[in-house]
Amino acid sequence: MRLFRMSGVHVPHRKNTAGAAPVRMPPPASVLIPLSMGIGAPSTPTVQPGDKVLVGQKIAEAGGFVGAAIFSSVSGTVKKTETYRDVFGRVVSALLIDSDGEMTPDPSLAPVAVSTAKELSDAARACGLVGLGGAGFPTAVKLAADPAKVDYILLNGAECEPYITSDTRTMLDKTDELVAGMKLLRDLYSAAVVVGIERNKPEAIKRIRAEIAGEEGLSVKVLPGSYPQGGEKVLIFNCTGRIVGEGKLPLDVGCIVLNVSTTVELMKYLATGMPLVERCLTVDGSAVAHPQNVIVPIGTRMRDVFDFCGGFRSEPGKILYGGPMMGIAVPDAGFPVMKTTNAIVAQNERDAILPDPTPCIRCGKCANTCPLRLTPFAIGDAVNKKDAEALGKLKVTLCMECGCCSFVCPAHRPLVQQNKLGKAILKAATPPKGGK
Amino acid sequence: MTVNENLSVSSSPHILTKNNTRRVMLDVLIALLPAVVASVIFYGWRALVLTAVCVLACNLFEFGFTKLTRRPTTIFDLSASVTGVLLSQNLSATFPIWMSVVGCFFAIVVVKQLFGGIGKNFANPAIAARIMLFLCFATEMNSFAVLKDGVLVSEATPFTLSLTGAQPLTYREMFLGFHAGAIGETCSLALLIGLVYLLARRVISWHIPVSFIGTVALLSWIFGADPLEQVLSGGLLIGAIFMATDYVTSPASPVGRLIFGVGCGAITTLIRLAGHTEGVSYAILMMNLLCPYIDKLTIRRPVGAPKPPKPEKKGKEEAAK
Repeated sequence: MRLFRMSGVHVPHRKNTAGAAPVRMPPPASVLIPLSMGIGAPSTPTVQPGDKVLVGQKIAEAGGFVGAAIFSSVSGTVKKTETYRDVFGRVVSALLIDSDGEMTPDPSLAPVAVSTAKELSDAARACGLVGLGGAGFPTAVKLAADPAKVDYILLNGAECEPYITSDTRTMLDKTDELVAGMKLLRDLYSAAVVVGIERNKPEAIKRIRAEIAGEEGLSVKVLPGSYPQGGEKVLIFNCTGRIVGEGKLPLDVGCIVLNVSTTVELMKYLATGMPLVERCLTVDGSAVAHPQNVIVPIGTRMRDVFDFCGGFRSEPGKILYGGPMMGIAVPDAGFPVMKTTNAIVAQNERDAILPDPTPCIRCGKCANTCPLRLTPFAIGDAVNKKDAEALGKLKVTLCMECGCCSFVCPAHRPLVQQNKLGKAILKAATPPKGGK
Repeated sequence: MTVNENLSVSSSPHILTKNNTRRVMLDVLIALLPAVVASVIFYGWRALVLTAVCVLACNLFEFGFTKLTRRPTTIFDLSASVTGVLLSQNLSATFPIWMSVVGCFFAIVVVKQLFGGIGKNFANPAIAARIMLFLCFATEMNSFAVLKDGVLVSEATPFTLSLTGAQPLTYREMFLGFHAGAIGETCSLALLIGLVYLLARRVISWHIPVSFIGTVALLSWIFGADPLEQVLSGGLLIGAIFMATDYVTSPASPVGRLIFGVGCGAITTLIRLAGHTEGVSYAILMMNLLCPYIDKLTIRRPVGAPKPPKPEKKGKEEAAK
């Protein structure tokens, strides 16, 4: 079925933190919870400054079908609404909540029982769940798919970024919940459930395989040890051989892709009724004193998390949401941990400065390593000429910004940035489609 | 939210390969080293002088031109050094020094810098300069010599020998390279060591050398020439391994590289068998010129992109006009 392999690059793994279970961080003095933490409309706050809130209490309603509700991650008092420019350049509002340090849970929370796919989707909506792997697409929207159209449910445990081990720890520490989730998904959607794990995590592969032995329709797919196995299209291709076309969604090829941590979080909600208020994240990077996995309340400022991990070993030169391949650099350590933050990485000053780009020598390495077979050097020419037609032909919109091209470029050209620019040029030149 | 002045912000990815253009060029120089050593063994100190002069001249021209045009100097990426070594290896041991400097000027200033410097040249500078020298100084370029008792003695190349039918060299002699010819192109062994190094370091892919040499061998065999002799003689190996594989002037995709190599091989054989003269550099130059078109035609269809509905699209464009 597969006529070719998707290329990729060998990035350093640096999975320093995989060895120890995550540590729960005590509640910080205050949390800053953004009302926009992923794809979709910003949420609408349901609390006022001065209101007392408890852990798990709803503080903002989903802003639309593609959106997610938000819950307080600490118990305390809503202090004010703060407005700032986030890392995507959007001006967003965030609720500043002072913690009373008690972490009192909302007493009304109760386990939820589901017996149909629809109920599961509603549960995902009720707990404000979004994809915890990074993109933050509302899980309820994915799960709202008609079960008849779903052949595969793929659980993404690839975790291909350097440093990040939060999913690895989830797979190792919450194996029971994960397998329960696999069974539930299989039964409700009558689909094959496959966990895709990169081969550099043999322990997780072994443990899950042992748990699902003899189970019909559950399997582990061992993925190659090259980056980016966790890219949705790459994962679908490597697990099923199916190709998600331009402008299509995984569901169009009969797949739902969920992160393993998202699945475990959903199971936790069903068992306890506690919505998404905290998450496990990897704290690592050359500037971090004690790299480790930490469970933190959502909205905790990065600064507080780094402090909990022993502060900085050396002056940080760059701080990232996520790993070094696709992570987003923040202008300040005061930015909060969001639902989608699977890691925070602090690089020292030496690592933070990338070498200056030199002229393209057309070696073709970018094109030959692109998992989606794009041609970044040609896209670069088209971007320089602002040639929207050429950009359309080169399918710059397919670029998932995995970073392979920039990583391998011997001229250190900012190819991902160039592709982003290309998308913007193409979008500006394309007349908006009428209606839907 | 404050902005911390000490934190740098840039687009992802935030780690890059340790590889760089300079490292690539250094690898090419290392791969050329066996050929340079062989040239000194076979042709004496003059071969070394020629190589040193060419490298120096190329770097001087590169430095001078970038200074003159007030652009950052690019001699440290070692690309000018690669051009210098390659050009010198294409010359006869008796080639006049001043003429080689003219060749370097043409390679660096005319072919490379006037077209925008590294990455922008339309043809391989060393190949273009070799052809220019052939046209301007035909006698000097065609008089080859070999070291005999410490003295350079004029002699016919195996290529000319095979054309005249006079006592051909054994394969072993041709493989080791102790015979008249351009200083860097005669020792097939040294060039093949370079090829292995370049492949092992993943500086080049196998596509161009294999398709180029393979095509020459196959076509020679079809048209009744001795394939092995054709492969080992003239500038085929140095051309196929070091000149045709120049990133800037060869296609980027594997399929494009195969087309490029086959084209180079076909033109080389055509010139050799029909024109009774060495055709490697002309073949590479011609394919260099076709490279942008090959690149355009062999761009891979991205995964997930629909198959291009060509006729319909054309109609649409015309309708829009």
